[in-house]
Amino acid sequence: MSVLELIIALPLLAVLAIWLGAPARAASLGATFINLILVLYTAVQYAGKTGLAFTYSRPILENPSLSFAVGADGISIILALLTALVMLAAIWQIEDRPPIFYIASLFIGGGALGAFLTTDVFFIYAFHELALIPTFLMIALHGRAEPAQRKAVAWKATIYLGAGSLVLLAGLAWLVLEFSGGSKLTFDLEALRSQAKLTPLPDAKQAQIFFVLLLGFGSLVSLFPFHSWAAPAYATAPTPVAMLHSGVLKKFGLYGLIRIALPLLPQGAHVEWVQNALLLMLLGNILVMGLVTIYASRLDDTLANSSVMHMGYIFLGIAAGTDISLKGAVILTFAHGISIALLFGLCGRMRNQLGTLEYNKLGGLASHAPAFTVLFAFGAFASIGLPGLTNFAGEVMIFLGNFTEVKAGVLSNLQWTVILALWGVVMSAVYMLRAYRSIFHGSPATGLFMIDPAFSQRVPFILLAATLLITGCCPWLLLNLMKSAL
Amino acid sequence: MHASIILLLPFFSALVILLGHRHLKGAAVLISVGSSVISFIACVALLAVADDKDNTKLLLPFLDVGQFHANIDVLIDKQSRGMMFIVSFIGMLVHLFSLGYMKDDDAKPRFFGSLSLFMFSMTGIVLAGNLIMMFIFWELVGLSSYLLIGHWYQKASAAEACKKAFLTNRIGDFGFMIGILLLFGLNKGDVSLDNLRDAFVHGGALFDAQKSNPGIITAAALCIFMGAMGKSAQFPLHVWLPDAMEGPTPVSALIHAATMVAAGVYMLVRVSFLIEASPLAAEIIAGIGCFTALMAALMATQQNDIKRVLAYSTLSQLGYMVMAVGAVAMAAKNGYEPHAAEPGHPAMFHLYTHAFFKAMLFLGSGAVIYACHHEQDIWKMGGLRKHMPVTFYTFAIGTAALMGVPFFSGFLSKEAVLGVAFDSGCKVLFIAGAVTAALTAFYMTRLLIVAFFGKPRTDSAHHATEAPMIMILPLAILAIFSVLSGYDILATPLQAMKPPHVEGHQTVLWASLIALAVGVSGAIYLYRGKDKDPVNIKLFANKFYFDEIYAVIILICQDRLAWVVNALERIVVDGLVARLPTAIVARLGAATRMLQGGHLQGYTFLLGSGVIAVVYLVVFVLPRLGH
Repeated sequence: MSVLELIIALPLLAVLAIWLGAPARAASLGATFINLILVLYTAVQYAGKTGLAFTYSRPILENPSLSFAVGADGISIILALLTALVMLAAIWQIEDRPPIFYIASLFIGGGALGAFLTTDVFFIYAFHELALIPTFLMIALHGRAEPAQRKAVAWKATIYLGAGSLVLLAGLAWLVLEFSGGSKLTFDLEALRSQAKLTPLPDAKQAQIFFVLLLGFGSLVSLFPFHSWAAPAYATAPTPVAMLHSGVLKKFGLYGLIRIALPLLPQGAHVEWVQNALLLMLLGNILVMGLVTIYASRLDDTLANSSVMHMGYIFLGIAAGTDISLKGAVILTFAHGISIALLFGLCGRMRNQLGTLEYNKLGGLASHAPAFTVLFAFGAFASIGLPGLTNFAGEVMIFLGNFTEVKAGVLSNLQWTVILALWGVVMSAVYMLRAYRSIFHGSPATGLFMIDPAFSQRVPFILLAATLLITGCCPWLLLNLMKSAL
Repeated sequence: MHASIILLLPFFSALVILLGHRHLKGAAVLISVGSSVISFIACVALLAVADDKDNTKLLLPFLDVGQFHANIDVLIDKQSRGMMFIVSFIGMLVHLFSLGYMKDDDAKPRFFGSLSLFMFSMTGIVLAGNLIMMFIFWELVGLSSYLLIGHWYQKASAAEACKKAFLTNRIGDFGFMIGILLLFGLNKGDVSLDNLRDAFVHGGALFDAQKSNPGIITAAALCIFMGAMGKSAQFPLHVWLPDAMEGPTPVSALIHAATMVAAGVYMLVRVSFLIEASPLAAEIIAGIGCFTALMAALMATQQNDIKRVLAYSTLSQLGYMVMAVGAVAMAAKNGYEPHAAEPGHPAMFHLYTHAFFKAMLFLGSGAVIYACHHEQDIWKMGGLRKHMPVTFYTFAIGTAALMGVPFFSGFLSKEAVLGVAFDSGCKVLFIAGAVTAALTAFYMTRLLIVAFFGKPRTDSAHHATEAPMIMILPLAILAIFSVLSGYDILATPLQAMKPPHVEGHQTVLWASLIALAVGVSGAIYLYRGKDKDPVNIKLFANKFYFDEIYAVIILICQDRLAWVVNALERIVVDGLVARLPTAIVARLGAATRMLQGGHLQGYTFLLGSGVIAVVYLVVFVLPRLGH
């Protein structure tokens, strides 16, 4: 038995306990707290090492070879850490809600942990689906809109993510079939990787499969133009679901691209037509969605659209595919997850207390709720890439990773894309500071009153803000988990 | 050792105050002021440290991937030592002054915490050994400036001003980052200042790029310059600085006069090898500096807010320094030797002297504002000379230094700048510089006459009394330095000696004397004994309408564009990618209609089972087909 199995099992065991009658809050907080300790333990154990660790495999089928195999490398551990942190924060901040909120959060988080910590493509996929279903249900049942509207939103997200999952499934099946040529079909990621090293596919075929995977994984991460589910879904989803999906579950697509698609199809992303398509799509994320975010007039809209926009930078790291830029992409994935969960958590609290999130009705909250303001500032400034908070480290590595060489003084397509994408950094400052100005600065709007959360209610947000500060000042803590070249 | 104290002390001070400012209260002020005093002592000790062969030292790790490193390493050389002295010295005096000025402010701990954060960030810029570290602290300085300008965020004008400052700086940083990326790519992933300089001077990858494609070096130089345009408020990114005067006056003195805005000039001097490598970039930089200097001086002549006059004057002087940076690079072609071991850079010389006298003028204006119960309009003052003698005399000394009265520090440094403008071979720079000097003398004399001479025009001016000791003392100290900083007694330890070519330029000497005489006598003639402004030039008073023009540009290029893109995104993307397939699916039969009828649980259940079915197919059926 591996510690990873325990990490995956704990949230599901907590669900079982709640079902059997245990108090929901205590059981889920206990399980997620222990989980965070366990994940930190694996991170400390793994620091400085390379390769796959904590592996354990339980064979299920001979041929095709299928087994419940767990194992983690640095990328998995960083994402597991993200999941454990956001899960604890998301569950902690739930107040006065029925047990279904805890159960859904445990399912989403547990599914994500399963997807990040198993090494069998079949289970990676299945765990992700397990986590998606409660997401839809919670939007439909407990979303913050009229029943008809929230069902429409959930329906839209379901269609997009369901279709994306199916495209992804087709791509993964294609991949498995290509590499399992011969008698034995395998889903084991490590086996597939060594096969890909031994007998790489021809570039043209790599490009085709990569593109299918890109569309599949991409729609899960709201890659432009498959993004329009995201903004309404996050604006409608109950707070813990918005935190967990935008912060953690959405990152599954990026994880899959970095951990599955790129190692198996190393040339796939570099074939010209795939690269150009990817660059156009990610510019759509950054520039188009940047402007759409500037247009937003409500905080939940701004946050949801900004979250779509920032995915563009991670795709940029994937497109470059250099060691520096990929590690930057992983760090930014982590950073974005923490910062957006923090912002959605605070946003949910504001909505509960104030009843509105429209900028022209807000103002001057800094005078009422200084601690809340500081916590929000951490999230806001992290998301616009302020140095000292984690997002900056990820972004700057992605940019630098694209510029490791300027050949003969002429810029490549990728490098021009970086320059255009840099304008997005200005745009995110525009919408975030506008939001901050209209919510917190100025004199308090009449009839609007908000008090600082009590210390125990602040803890989940402090946890996330502190993570941003610590890994932002010391990004090498995360890099220590990724010693092997990507 | 010294460097880590200087850098980390204010960081911990800021952190402690941020975490516990509601419990600390008075202690927060003590921590912040204490840390500023200790770092000043450490900076003085640093002056005594001799140059080392290998100056760049690793202080803290940051990023480390394979061959690539971007760490917190400090470069201690004569420029950073001198600059550190200025920053810590003026920083300490401003901390002390603030003890008096902010005495009654409710949010005093927040103010001092932000000041500490600023000291940390500014120190980082000065000590930065590589461009990535410089960028990190560059942005952090932007943050602390944002926090301090927005200290009174309840006021709408302050809230807008801090946002404007941050965003304008972000535009500059956009270029700065592109410049860093270009250099990073050209120099094989190494952006440490030492190695970049070596690559330019001794030849290397960068040198080859310069030979084969000089355009990219020019592009890199101009992009880096964009960063300086933001921080040092050069045209066209100058608009934030006057609005930044919404911040408390000590902040204006420290950040928006002496240190942060000088960071752009400092950074340009740090990468002067890059600018020298591109004649075109040098000319553009000199041109923009010269234009900013002249334009801001014209604007200053028609301002009525005491702080705004000083703010435009700062813009103008920063333009002077930037012009000097460009002019030195231009003059380098004409046999001027900037890299000789001893002489300092004229831009740095002017930066040092300006830091003292401009900080003094701002603190002096703070004392005036404090005494007049937060009145800032000079036409509502008058006669302050008799009520506040110490403030008056120190203010007069600062004014004399700024105008360039002989034997004051500003005279020497301004002459150095004009000298190098003369040497650059471009007469326009020199003439515009001289005209700016005349305008400077004009608006400062106007300010002095209107605010301090004549009779009090309002009650608050009539009842003004001298500021308390804790505010007077920093003024007096700075006044002394405003005189001395031009001479070897101070210039030698700061290693900011006068550049060699200046002496012996009769033309330059006469030009600055004539400019001074014209400016002062013009202002005395126009403003003596007047109760309201006899001159009325709308164009200058309204700052050439830049704010209005920019508002239109932002409206069209950003807000209207955002509206259009948002509509297109809704119609096209959502229409094509979402509605169309949904519509097709919806017409596919009863099964889907049932689902759309709201049975979402049923649908997700179906989705789950569908997925499992497909997986089953892949796992069990497909392999059989393969055989």
